[in-house]
Amino acid sequence: MKTLVQNIVELSQRVGRDVKLMEVCGTHTMAAFRSGLRQLLPDAVRLVSGPGCPVCVTDPSYLDAAIELCGRPDVIIATFGDLVRVPGTDTSLERERAAGANVRIVYSPSDALALARECPSKKVVFLGVGFETTAPTIAWTIWRAARDGVQNFSVLCAHKTMPRAMDTLLHDKELRIDGFLCPGHVSVITGAHIYRFICERYRIPCVVSGFEAWDILKSVEMLLRQLAEGRAEVENEYSRSVNEYGNGPAQRLMDEVFEPCDTMWRGIGIIPGSGLAIREKYARFDAAKTLGVEFPEAHINPLCACGSVLRGAASPLDCRLFGRPCSPAHPIGPCMVSGEGVCAAYYKYEGVAA
Amino acid sequence: MCLAVPARIVELHNSTATISVDGALREVDVSLIDEPRLGDHVLVHAGFAIHKWDQSEVEELQAIRTAMGLREAIT
Amino acid sequence: MRRDRILLAHGGGGSLTRELIEKLFLPSLENPLLKTLDDSAVLVMGGKRHAFTTDSYVVKPLIFPGGDIGKLAVCGTVNDLAVMGARPLWLSLSFILEEGLLLADLQEIVESIGATAREARVQIVTGDTKVVEHGKCEGLYINTAGLGDVVAPNWLGSANVKPGDVVVINGPIGEHGVAVMSQREGIAFQTNVVSDCAPLWPLVKAILDTGAEIHTMRDPTRGGVAAAVCDIARASNVGIRLREDALPIGREVRGACDLLGLDPLTIANEGKILVFCRATDTANVLAAMREHPLGKHSCVIGEVSEKPPGVALLRTTIGGERIIDMPTGEDLPRIC
Repeated sequence: MKTLVQNIVELSQRVGRDVKLMEVCGTHTMAAFRSGLRQLLPDAVRLVSGPGCPVCVTDPSYLDAAIELCGRPDVIIATFGDLVRVPGTDTSLERERAAGANVRIVYSPSDALALARECPSKKVVFLGVGFETTAPTIAWTIWRAARDGVQNFSVLCAHKTMPRAMDTLLHDKELRIDGFLCPGHVSVITGAHIYRFICERYRIPCVVSGFEAWDILKSVEMLLRQLAEGRAEVENEYSRSVNEYGNGPAQRLMDEVFEPCDTMWRGIGIIPGSGLAIREKYARFDAAKTLGVEFPEAHINPLCACGSVLRGAASPLDCRLFGRPCSPAHPIGPCMVSGEGVCAAYYKYEGVAA
Repeated sequence: MCLAVPARIVELHNSTATISVDGALREVDVSLIDEPRLGDHVLVHAGFAIHKWDQSEVEELQAIRTAMGLREAIT
Repeated sequence: MRRDRILLAHGGGGSLTRELIEKLFLPSLENPLLKTLDDSAVLVMGGKRHAFTTDSYVVKPLIFPGGDIGKLAVCGTVNDLAVMGARPLWLSLSFILEEGLLLADLQEIVESIGATAREARVQIVTGDTKVVEHGKCEGLYINTAGLGDVVAPNWLGSANVKPGDVVVINGPIGEHGVAVMSQREGIAFQTNVVSDCAPLWPLVKAILDTGAEIHTMRDPTRGGVAAAVCDIARASNVGIRLREDALPIGREVRGACDLLGLDPLTIANEGKILVFCRATDTANVLAAMREHPLGKHSCVIGEVSEKPPGVALLRTTIGGERIIDMPTGEDLPRIC
C-alpha cells in the first residue's frame, strides 16, 4: 500500500500540474470516502464525483409519479432501499409510508415479482432505477413475469446507461476532466470497450476500477502514469471481474426487454439515447403505460446545487444549502440522501466544517 | 453505482442458487452467468449473480485484501 | 417538504431520535435530571443514590435467534441501570397485548422473562396489562421501568469522558441487529448469527470492583457503536478515535453487512458495553473483563483526545481517517 501511495506522489510530480480525475461511479465515491484514501493523495490530484449515482440523477418528476402511485389503494410499490428517503417535490416515499401508503423495500427485483405472486389482488409496481449493472436483473424479472403470465406486476422504468452521459460531460469545456475512473460493476456487464470512444475522440485516459481502496489507488496510479507518458487508453485495473466485452447473457437479455430512449438526467438535462425503455413486446409490464402514470414537471429548489455537483462542476461545500438545512437527516436534494451521494459522503465523512 | 459482493455457491437449484457471503446465506438467481457450479465464486448484485470468477481471479482478490491487512475475502 | 409526522427512523436511536427529544420532548418536560439524557436518571433519595430508567420493546419478530422480546425487555432495562453503575433491583412490567395473540406464545415469553429476571437477580414487582384490537399492535409490546442502587463511586454520565481515556468493548459487534434483521420480511437471508442479548450487571460489577477510574459506560443498542460514540463525543466535548483494525466483528456479521450494504458500526447490540476508563487503568479493566464469560473477547478499540471536540472518527485500515456519522435511524438495504 505504501509503495502505491509513493508511486502516486512521484507520478503526480512527473505530470507537473494539478489534475482532476472523475470517479463516475457513486460506489467509488463512497468507497473512497469510507476508506479515508482521499487523504493519502497529494494535493495536486483531485478526485471529483460524477453522475454515476442512479438515485441522484433520477428526475424528481419520477419520484413524484411513484409517490402518486403509492397513494392508489390497489397498488403496492416495491423499491430498493436507496429510493425511500429521496425527496420528490413535496414529500418522499418514506413519509408516504408513514402516512399509510403501501411501500415495500426489497433487496432484489425478483422479491418484487414474488410479492406480486403472493398478492394477486394488488398491482405491484417495481421502481426500476440503476445503470447497466442493475438493468439486466430487471430485464430478467420482466422476461420471467412474461413467461409465467404474471398479470399484476409492472416496472416504472428510469434506467440509464453510462457512455452517453460521459460523452455529454466531456462537451462541457469548463469541466476539464483529465482522466476517468470508470465504473467497475457497470463494466462487468458491458465490457471495458465501451469507453474506447473517450480515448479516441477526446484523448482522455480511462481506467476501469474495482472497489477496494487498493483498486482505487491503483487506478489513480495507472491514470497518472498515462498522463505522465502522454497516453490515452482504456486500461482495466478490475481485470478479475471485467473483460473486454462483458456479460453476454446479460446483454442479450437487456436487448430483448429494453431499447434505448432519451431520458432526463437531473442537473444535466435530456441526454439522447441514454435511457432504457421497455420494448413494445413487453408493454404490459410498463407501469407508465398500463397505469396511466403522468410525470408532472417537478419543482427543484433553486438553491440546491445537486445538478452542478453531479457534473463535477461544484463541490458540495459550494452549495448554499449544504449542512444547514440540507443534511442526511433532512435532505433537500438527492445527493444528500443517497447512500452514494457525494454530499452525504462529504457530510458524513469530512464533517460540515471541513 | 453498484454494490456487488463476492460470494460462494453452496447449493444449486434450477435457475437459482444459495450463496454464502462469509456464512450469510441467500437465494440468488444465476440465470445471468454461464454454467454455475457448486463451489463457484460469484459476484452478486441485487439478488443476481452477474459474474463468475475463476481461481486466479479469486486469488487476486485475496492478495489485494492481504496487502490491505484485511481478512480473507471469500470463505 | 412537510415534516409533520413521526417516521420509523425517529425510533432508530440516531439523529432523528435525538432531534425528536431535543425539539419536541425537552421543551415541555425539561428539568436538570432529564437533561443529562443518560441511559438512567440518577436520583438521590434518603441520602442514597438510585438509578431509574424506562424502556419499551417493540421488536419483530417476537422470537428471534438468541432470544425473544421478553428476555430483551429484562436485559435492556437492567443494562441501562448497570451502565450508570447501579445494581439492578426491581423492574415493572407492562404489557400491551394484541387481541388474538396465542396464550401459548404469551406463556413462552413470560417464562422467558421469569428466567432472565432470575439470572439477572432482579424482581418484577409491579405490572399492568392492556389489550388492543387485532391489528393495532404486532402481537405484543412491552414497557418496563427499572430501579437500582448506584454503587459506582463517581458519576458515570456521558459528559464525564476525558481526553486520554481509553475505549474498551467486551466483544464482537452487530450480532443482535443481524439476528433480528435476518427474519425481516423482504430482505430475508439465513445466518447462524445469534443475538448477544444478555444482562451485563455482573460484568459491570467486576469492572467496578477493580477500583479503576471509569468515566462512562454505555450499552450500544439501536444505532450501534456509531450512535453511542457520537453521543458521548458530543456530550463530553471530546474527540473519540476508534481504530477500524481493532473493531471486533464476527465473520458472519461482516458477511451479512456486506450482503445488504450496511455498516456494522450502526447495527444494534444487546449484550455489549463500551467502557471509557483512565488510560493507566486499562490493563486492570481488561483483565477483569476477560475473566468474565461475557467479556472473554474484550479489547481496546480506541482512545479519547481533546480534538476535534465533539467528533467521533475512525482511523481506517489503510491509514486514512473519516468521521463516524450519527446514523439517521433506519437500516435500509441498498443496491448502490
